[in-house]
Amino acid sequence: MIPLLLGVSLLTFLLMAMAPGDYFTTLSQNPQISPETIANLKAKFHLGEAWYIQYFYWLKNILHGDFGYSMAYKIPATSLIFERLWNTFLLSFFAMLITWGVAIPLGIWAAVRKDSWVDRGCSLVAFVGLSVPDVLLSLLALWFAAATGWFPVGGTQSPIHDLLTPAQQFWDRAHHLILPALVLAAAEMAGIMRQMRSNLLDTLRAEYVNAARARGLGEGWVIYKHALRNAINPLLTIFGYSLAALLSGAFIVENIMAWPGLGRLTIEAFFAKDSYLVVDSVVMATALLVVGNFIADILLAWSDPRIRLK
Amino acid sequence: METTKPNLNPIALSPGQIFWQRLKRRRIAMVGGAILIGLYLIALFAGFVAPYSHDRLDRDRFFHPPTWPRLQSFHLVVPRYEQQPGNFIYHPVADDVMPVHLFVRGEKYKLFGLIPASIHLFGTGDDKYPVYPLGTDQFGRDVFSRLLYGSQISLSIGVIGILLSFTFGLIIGGISGYFAGGVDTVIMRLCELIMSVPSLYLIIALRGTFPPGMSSAQVYGMIVAILSCIGWAGMARVIRGMALSLREQQFVLAARSMGATPWRIISRHILPSTFSYVIVAATLSVPYYILGEVVLSFLGVGIQEPSASWGLMLNAAQNTEYLKNYPWLLAPGAAIFVTVLAFNFLGDGLRDAADTKSL
Repeated sequence: MIPLLLGVSLLTFLLMAMAPGDYFTTLSQNPQISPETIANLKAKFHLGEAWYIQYFYWLKNILHGDFGYSMAYKIPATSLIFERLWNTFLLSFFAMLITWGVAIPLGIWAAVRKDSWVDRGCSLVAFVGLSVPDVLLSLLALWFAAATGWFPVGGTQSPIHDLLTPAQQFWDRAHHLILPALVLAAAEMAGIMRQMRSNLLDTLRAEYVNAARARGLGEGWVIYKHALRNAINPLLTIFGYSLAALLSGAFIVENIMAWPGLGRLTIEAFFAKDSYLVVDSVVMATALLVVGNFIADILLAWSDPRIRLK
Repeated sequence: METTKPNLNPIALSPGQIFWQRLKRRRIAMVGGAILIGLYLIALFAGFVAPYSHDRLDRDRFFHPPTWPRLQSFHLVVPRYEQQPGNFIYHPVADDVMPVHLFVRGEKYKLFGLIPASIHLFGTGDDKYPVYPLGTDQFGRDVFSRLLYGSQISLSIGVIGILLSFTFGLIIGGISGYFAGGVDTVIMRLCELIMSVPSLYLIIALRGTFPPGMSSAQVYGMIVAILSCIGWAGMARVIRGMALSLREQQFVLAARSMGATPWRIISRHILPSTFSYVIVAATLSVPYYILGEVVLSFLGVGIQEPSASWGLMLNAAQNTEYLKNYPWLLAPGAAIFVTVLAFNFLGDGLRDAADTKSL
């Protein structure tokens, strides 16, 4: 986990070092800023040094919980990064809740009623759903919000948020979150549903399911107690992959629906040539993914005793 | 004297023929394949099929609604539209129509980028009566024509990207699996590193290494390079796993004992055994490359105006005012959807046909 993050930060840092021009190229063209100011700033961030020396200073600061200073936003990067990280986490977390909450029961339903109209309908919708790009889905949601006016677009809260009572504040935030989370959830749902269906179908063919039925257990008991426990395990393994897709999807949704998360920050920082902020965002997004995978491993060990024994 | 010929079984087919027969039975895969052939043909002949060029500005007709030719006294005709003063609302003028002809002479273009031509598939030949099957955008450019020119970029990036990254993935994965040991460890750690960063974040970081102000061709090359740079890792991992098990097989041992070089064993014996997987995986991965270009251009770091690409065209639809009043700007989204769906249809069919375990 730690070596991976170090590797990713080193890689991103190297890429940023290779990038032509930096924030100071634009600054030095600004006649209002004296060369001394720029020299001071450069010394502060060790920007005159080779990139690997910069990297060590950056790493040292990160380990002290200091993400530096965002030159484009003119505020400490630490608070900025963590605020955006929290927003991305919120969006992804709720999207994931919706995805798994809908996809798993649907997958089970489709598998149990194999070849019924429910199964065929779900398969068709999932197949079409797999092909709708996130970009189009977000744009359609944007269009929907604009046409109906039911959902606010952009930001995590309305401008009058501070004047509201706590209950209203909660509703206000939820109201802003619903549409982006739904879009993100819908984009990921089809894959999980198909996976759940095929897993359960596989386990339902297993000998121990036959054995359970032969012993005269009820169909519900057979499916939910015997087959489902085993069908869920492979899903926990793909949880890691789905998380990567989720974060990339969140990147798109954030940028189109103006949700101030890490993805949007990355793009903004990229355009502002705020290289440190780009590195920070990439590393934090990776950290989010790595932690998610770690949790998936724990969940898998909890759900599958065979792994715990190893 | 008669030579005894071995009795050839008339039903004996080569693996390729069996594969093709199995594929033909999956109608949905054939539909997907047919749609793709159509799309790529249209992209190839974009200059001919498109009534206008991708950067022709019609300054009198911003946000012109779609004009579909209708049948009137055995002629396909388009009406003339008049703009309501002060806003972008257009109304057809009654009884002021112009017939639409096939193979009309219009703007000059270069077929395949080489042959100069000026014949277009359809049009009226009169600029007062434009044919805009999908309306015009905020600069008065024909969305349909831009869609076709954009498909040249968006569709080809998928195929070229796949070719590049799968070639790298195959070679690197083959080497990694065949030699195992230290080489394998280093390559696999690198793959894990690449795969552990959410792809879009890595794409943006990679994008930063390129200078601004590149030409269209350079941007195109850049997008392919970036997407392939990330795409090879997943492929290499799978191929490596296959190579690891294949190298223990008898035929590899036989080849080695006959003195074949490692390169020959990898390229002639190991990699061909992975091809059925590779073809299926390639078909199912093309959409990721197409979508990669779409996202990059959409975010404004890919293909730049006035060139056309599906992602760039969708960028205009990001404006909610435009979106609400001029929904035809979403047409590239529909095009992307159809393309991705067709690739998924074909890929699914290929996978089923390649899976010899099931019937």
